[in-house]
Amino acid sequence: MTQSPTLSRRSTTSASPQPRKSRRRGADARAGYTFLLPWLLGFIALTVGPMISSLYLSFTNYNLFEAPKWIGLDNYTTLFQDERFLQSVGVTVNYVIFGTPLKLAAALAVAMLLNSKRRGQGFYRSAFYAPSLIGASVSIAIVWKAMFGDNGPVDQGLSIFGINLGGWVGNPAMTMPMFILLTVWQFGAPMVIFLAGLKQIPNELYEAASMDGAGPVRKFFNITWPMLSPVIFFNLLMETIHAFQIFASAYIISNGEGGPAGSTLFYTLYLYLRGFSDFRMGYASAMAWLLVIVVGIITLIFFRTSKSWVHYSGDSR
Amino acid sequence: MTTMATPTQSAPDAPAPHYNPKSESVGTKRAKSTLFHVVALVLTAVVLYPGLWMIASAFKPNSEIGGANTSLWSNNFSLDNFVTAMEGIGGVSTLQFFTNSLVLAIGAVVGTVLSASVSAYAFARISFPGRGVFFGMMIATLLLPFHVVIIPQYIVFQQLGLVDTYIPLLIGKFLAADAFFVFLMVQFMRGLPAELDEAARIDGAGHARIFGSIMLPLMKPALISTSIFSFIWSWNDFLGPLLYLNTPDKYPLPLALRLFVDQTQSSDYGAMIAMSVLALLPVLIFFLIFQRYIVEGVSTQGLKG
Repeated sequence: MTQSPTLSRRSTTSASPQPRKSRRRGADARAGYTFLLPWLLGFIALTVGPMISSLYLSFTNYNLFEAPKWIGLDNYTTLFQDERFLQSVGVTVNYVIFGTPLKLAAALAVAMLLNSKRRGQGFYRSAFYAPSLIGASVSIAIVWKAMFGDNGPVDQGLSIFGINLGGWVGNPAMTMPMFILLTVWQFGAPMVIFLAGLKQIPNELYEAASMDGAGPVRKFFNITWPMLSPVIFFNLLMETIHAFQIFASAYIISNGEGGPAGSTLFYTLYLYLRGFSDFRMGYASAMAWLLVIVVGIITLIFFRTSKSWVHYSGDSR
Repeated sequence: MTTMATPTQSAPDAPAPHYNPKSESVGTKRAKSTLFHVVALVLTAVVLYPGLWMIASAFKPNSEIGGANTSLWSNNFSLDNFVTAMEGIGGVSTLQFFTNSLVLAIGAVVGTVLSASVSAYAFARISFPGRGVFFGMMIATLLLPFHVVIIPQYIVFQQLGLVDTYIPLLIGKFLAADAFFVFLMVQFMRGLPAELDEAARIDGAGHARIFGSIMLPLMKPALISTSIFSFIWSWNDFLGPLLYLNTPDKYPLPLALRLFVDQTQSSDYGAMIAMSVLALLPVLIFFLIFQRYIVEGVSTQGLKG
């Protein structure tokens, strides 16, 4: 994993001192594995083991009651002829592509607004953060469904401006905007991270740029963006990966069905339905592995392209 | 990554005046400040509206929730919805759902704090062969979609006869399966001076001693952040209980809410929303009390909400 360069630098400066005797090295090894035991057990029993067995299951037909039957790549080839699957991919990709950048743009804009020594900053920061803490809960999904339903407050509010869309929940064309608003509403968590990053940018840079006659736009593209790029990268990566995994809100708002007309059939919801309503565990495993592969490829692309736009400021910070 | 590499810095005290005060007149300054507050307050109103609407609706009679209802006010506020909501669903009282949620959340906190702190100590303070490789794998699990493990895990727990118990929901917490918390604690421990361990070692203390009497007390902030977040995540968790629990009297609140939605189906919107409010109440109270810790935790450790 190409985490951050700062990580590895830290570990060399503050890790335990060089052992002088081999006896101590042996004792350290024993102690190390003893302390690591809980994580190691969990890693093997709850992550590596299940990953291998779901890879195996993805090549089988398995319904939980009879022994798995090896069918080679059939699950994978069937997937690409399964219209519901393709629809779930479309829904999820739409959500990731539109929701994540919008959410991050909102987060960055508000963070820049709040990045000043004005009174009330702490209050605003907390108020804007609150939705991130509860946004993925069942309660909020219920509220969202009520707010965007027929004659709900959103419908009513818009009709004041002469916009009559009716309820968004039942309208296949409007469910995606509804989910995107739900994720944008939770801009607080990346905003707080942006804000911490903005505070690390030395003010002298902006002052020097002002003296050279740079306006706010140039300051943004020549100072804020490059100086903030590691944080932007981190937020973009984490938010993208999380967006692929939306589940509870989709399940509650669509009554666990992904409707209307499959417009809320998110990937994980379809995976759940295949695995745990139809008990097609092999098929669902193939879906899970495809998700891992796609997320892995996206992560890789992010890290590869990051070299051209993410600037680590080295030791100057 | 800037945010993740500075575990002990507190953000709000950092100097950050964006503009040069000398170059602006008092008038422009005041105008700018007014504009800032107007924009920020409008935004606050928009962001808080769904929450306020939820709370207001919980107190409104049913007839006023469905209809023309952008308003947050009503002349008929009452506690009726809460009375209905507290009665519960499927023959189980809402108090029982609360207790279930609480048992799961406390189990999650205890398990996570114990297992993550011990594992993090190994990563941060002991040098042993394979540490780098395991650390990389731990980081990789941060990015891994957990859906890839739920099917085999379910099969195993099913074969062990542990479906419809809390064990599948809690065992991962005791085995440091939430890599986020391990990572958070590793970062925090690396910020503590290495001289502490060195001195203790010269005095003949072993790792157990160093961990128990030196590291743990110093890690209080990280332990608190971990407790708060593991509590809230467990409290809000839906997929885990949905997979593993079948009998309503074992349901935590999110699952009870789903049952409520399924059975009442918009016939009693008011009670449904009142129950949603009740389910969020502990999280909101936590947030009000630990606001600082939560927001700082997010900003310094890159934790999610």
